[in-house]
Amino acid sequence: MMLSVLKIAITALGRNKGRSALTMLGIIIGVASVIAMVSLGQGAQKQVKEQIASMGTNLLIVQAGSQRSGGMRGGAGTSTTLTVEDVQAIVREVPAVAAASPNVSASTPLVAGNLNWSARAEGVDISYPQIRARGVASGQFFTEADVRSAARVAVIGQTAATQLFGGADPVGQTMRVRNLPFRVVGVLEAKGQSQWGQDQDDTLVLPYTTVMKKLLATNYIPSAYVSAVSAEATVEAEAQITALLAARHGIRPGQENDFSVRNLTNVAETAAETSRVMTMLLGGIAAVSLLVGGIGIMNIMLVSVTERTREIGIRMAVGARAKHVQVQFLMESLLLGLAGGLIGILLGVGIAYGLARTFAWPQLISPVAVFGSALFSMLIGVFFGYYPARKAAALDPIDALRFE
Amino acid sequence: MNTHPVIQVENLHKVYDSGEVRVHAVRGVSLTVETGEFVAIMGASGSGKSTMMNTLGCLDRPTRGRYLLDGVDISGMTKDQRADIRNQKLGFVFQGFNLLRRTSAVENVELPLLYAGVPAEERVKRSMAALAAVGLAHKAASHPNQLSGGQQQRVAIARALVNRPSLLLADEPTGNLDSQTALDVMGVFQKLNREAGITIVLVTHEPDIAQYAKRIVVMKDGQILLDQPVRNRRDAGKEMAATVNEIQVEALLS
Repeated sequence: MMLSVLKIAITALGRNKGRSALTMLGIIIGVASVIAMVSLGQGAQKQVKEQIASMGTNLLIVQAGSQRSGGMRGGAGTSTTLTVEDVQAIVREVPAVAAASPNVSASTPLVAGNLNWSARAEGVDISYPQIRARGVASGQFFTEADVRSAARVAVIGQTAATQLFGGADPVGQTMRVRNLPFRVVGVLEAKGQSQWGQDQDDTLVLPYTTVMKKLLATNYIPSAYVSAVSAEATVEAEAQITALLAARHGIRPGQENDFSVRNLTNVAETAAETSRVMTMLLGGIAAVSLLVGGIGIMNIMLVSVTERTREIGIRMAVGARAKHVQVQFLMESLLLGLAGGLIGILLGVGIAYGLARTFAWPQLISPVAVFGSALFSMLIGVFFGYYPARKAAALDPIDALRFE
Repeated sequence: MNTHPVIQVENLHKVYDSGEVRVHAVRGVSLTVETGEFVAIMGASGSGKSTMMNTLGCLDRPTRGRYLLDGVDISGMTKDQRADIRNQKLGFVFQGFNLLRRTSAVENVELPLLYAGVPAEERVKRSMAALAAVGLAHKAASHPNQLSGGQQQRVAIARALVNRPSLLLADEPTGNLDSQTALDVMGVFQKLNREAGITIVLVTHEPDIAQYAKRIVVMKDGQILLDQPVRNRRDAGKEMAATVNEIQVEALLS
């Protein structure tokens, strides 16, 4: 029986091919735009998330504040009050913090064999790979013993490595940093350009003690990297670090802090949230077009019921129950929705793929959007077909037979 | 054979009430039709014959009175129950043929079986047999617009017969046909009544068409005016043979 109904529905739709195709077009456009928009949005979202991940794990940056001499204020990082002990206190006393590392950097000429290069040397602690989400590609990171003894060891970025050693393996080689011999113990993983176009591989990572004692001869640090225990904990960590450092630096209430804490994760999370909202917005607008497509189905089914009043009368006269007539028309609108949905999925996936290629974004065809819109288009077919089908089923056979 | 009359109508009334206007279309009709009868219901327009037809065909319910079809009381039945009765016990032939367009003859004939839940294979077998009974087996795949008026009405008759009904109802079946084709269709009815014993109720306003039935019921103003057997009954088969002879004679003379 259901098979017969299906056959009748297909035949009926086939009789008005042009009309059926145009009716489906509404659903096709709706489903295709939902899939394309959601995929596009999720691709953008994924890219933002990747950027957050590449920046570091739940990253906060503590920066020394400005130095005041008389009425003159220096720039950020000029204050000499932030110390290694502060960083150790942060790790020890702030529960929302997982790890922290001093960050002292210096631009320095590098020489290896007959090649020379210039790069920024970053002095950090052994927690750096964890905090900045950056491991070593070959060799290994320096050890705690290296930090304690201010050893002349270096982990080198890939751009700097290529410039100094050509194609040769730099691990175990010696190079000169500000005329001091350093042993290369490892090569950092490549990271490419930062969001701001900076080459993140043109770098050199040294123990912070080495930079402070052997290169700069200072006992304060301009900044520190801090990793919170989770993305949500960054806000809490920010507050706790601020309170701790203010107490340690003896800053009275109302007085300006001689340091600042920047929550980069929070900024990035906001960006991700923005793109998520954009995705929902785009998907929502696309869903409206799907709804309009559904109304198109209802419109055509109503016309169809009127046109076929006599057919309905004949069917009822030979024994079709109201339910039979209703199921027949529902089947037609269901088929319109389903066929439109399937074509729309193909089109939408195609568009999403094309857009992802054009913008070089990660291509992300959302299975939820695909199956969701397939199911939704069927539901739309049934929902918007229900009223016309009910109208058909409620016809009086005598009137329907008399209808010209 | 069952012991009940096919149709048993007792004091039937039908009132159409549209709020402002009340039309008393049928006023106390009693009628009994036995198995194997061939009854013509006649009357001018407004006589109530169409209302009688709709009521006998279970398309409509009487306002008052009883209607037993095959001994079963139809009066209190729901829409769905009446649909089932139409499906199982009645066959309809209409003035305008009422075949589904762009649907083959055999598929048109299958229609009642579809709603009876008969399996596809048996549907085709029985439909082909019904088409053969009206002499149109060779036109099974044709669509209505490829058939002549007479052929379309034969397909409609096959559709009315396919569910082996207790009663065949024909509403002005020759109204849209020329006299030769009308003769042809009346021949089919007479043959079905005579050879297969099918009970037929025919509604018509043409007295000469009514002459092919066995009994005439004349209605006027919602009541039965006259109910009598047909005298000088016409035989469509013989008339057709005569026509053929005339044509042959003409052909010989020319």
